[in-house]
Amino acid sequence: MVFEKVSQMIAERIDMDAAEITMETQFDDLGLDSLDVMELLMQMEDEFGQEISIGERKITDIGGLVALIEETIQ
Amino acid sequence: MSFKIKGVGMYVPQRIVTNDELSTYVETSDEWIRQRVGVQERRVCTDETAADLGYKAALEALKNANCKASDIDLIIAATVSGEDVSPSISCTVQNRLGVSCMAFDINAACSAFIFLLETAAGFMGRGFQRILVIGAERMSRLVDWTDRSTCVIFGDGAGAAVLERGDNYLASTFTVKGGSDVIEIGTFRGNSPFFRRETVTPYIHMNGQETFKYAVNAICADTKTLLEKTGKTIEDIAYIVPHQANSRIIDFAAQRLKVSPERFFQNIGHYGNTSSASIPMALTEMNEAGLIKPGDLLILSAFGGGLANAACLIKW
Repeated sequence: MVFEKVSQMIAERIDMDAAEITMETQFDDLGLDSLDVMELLMQMEDEFGQEISIGERKITDIGGLVALIEETIQ
Repeated sequence: MSFKIKGVGMYVPQRIVTNDELSTYVETSDEWIRQRVGVQERRVCTDETAADLGYKAALEALKNANCKASDIDLIIAATVSGEDVSPSISCTVQNRLGVSCMAFDINAACSAFIFLLETAAGFMGRGFQRILVIGAERMSRLVDWTDRSTCVIFGDGAGAAVLERGDNYLASTFTVKGGSDVIEIGTFRGNSPFFRRETVTPYIHMNGQETFKYAVNAICADTKTLLEKTGKTIEDIAYIVPHQANSRIIDFAAQRLKVSPERFFQNIGHYGNTSSASIPMALTEMNEAGLIKPGDLLILSAFGGGLANAACLIKW
């Protein structure tokens, strides 16, 4: 469910087909930088009504972001 | 009883460092810096100190206010990058202005200008007539020039304002969430043979991503709080003047508040993040450009180390 939401959000943001996004997709390859990742994360916070802290983690791919969100909202 | 802003002024050192020049010191590029931070160039001191910048900004503010130094009965300055712990910047400025009024410094990192205004409003309630407030920073002293994630962001500069008794400080909000995990600026720990704590590198350390989130949330929450407190709507506000930390922070805050980005003043492109100086510098440029006229409502919104965020709604 989280993966679907994340890929949908990214697809809308950069105008691409959500089906092309996988857990292994790198943010770099989508032209998204570390602050874009934070913008997505903040949108997900709104979505789930919960704070999601990235702390010292380095998130470089969709799978990393999905894992962080899933761990937090559980 | 609070105050109205009678005059504003700024001063920046002459030396300009462009992104291209910076990329000869650290591995970065003009494109990367513009895209991530929104900075094209910044000013850096070559032989001036934060106190020198503060003094020159104070002279400009006094001129703009059509005021003599002897008319001022209190000077309060803010800095995180002063050369000396003592004399403070306010005391140095007082000495150079040749006056004998009360003077002291505060430290609230990048949010300090709003803390200066709040402090000044309190002193106005005690009967003070005219107060000079100054934010002065030589951030180039605090960044690690081998760390490309921070040295591209900051710049040196000072801004000042002359405040006179009045009723134009309409509302304010302050939020402090103490902690060092998001932003930390270490300093010299001395050479005591008895102190056993590990020494720190005396430079700015920031978790860029957490800082981004914190800052965007601060601007949005503080703006909403001020509008609620005053019964105003966002349409009543001529400009939101945010601390110039990163244009990405400002743009995303505008997007989340559903406000046109043009209503958020930005001059970070030419100066970088000048910490406590950024808001009075912005006000000076807005005033000189004729962007603000008497009676306009402005929201000043700042956030930074502490963590501390603060904002106020003023009438120009």
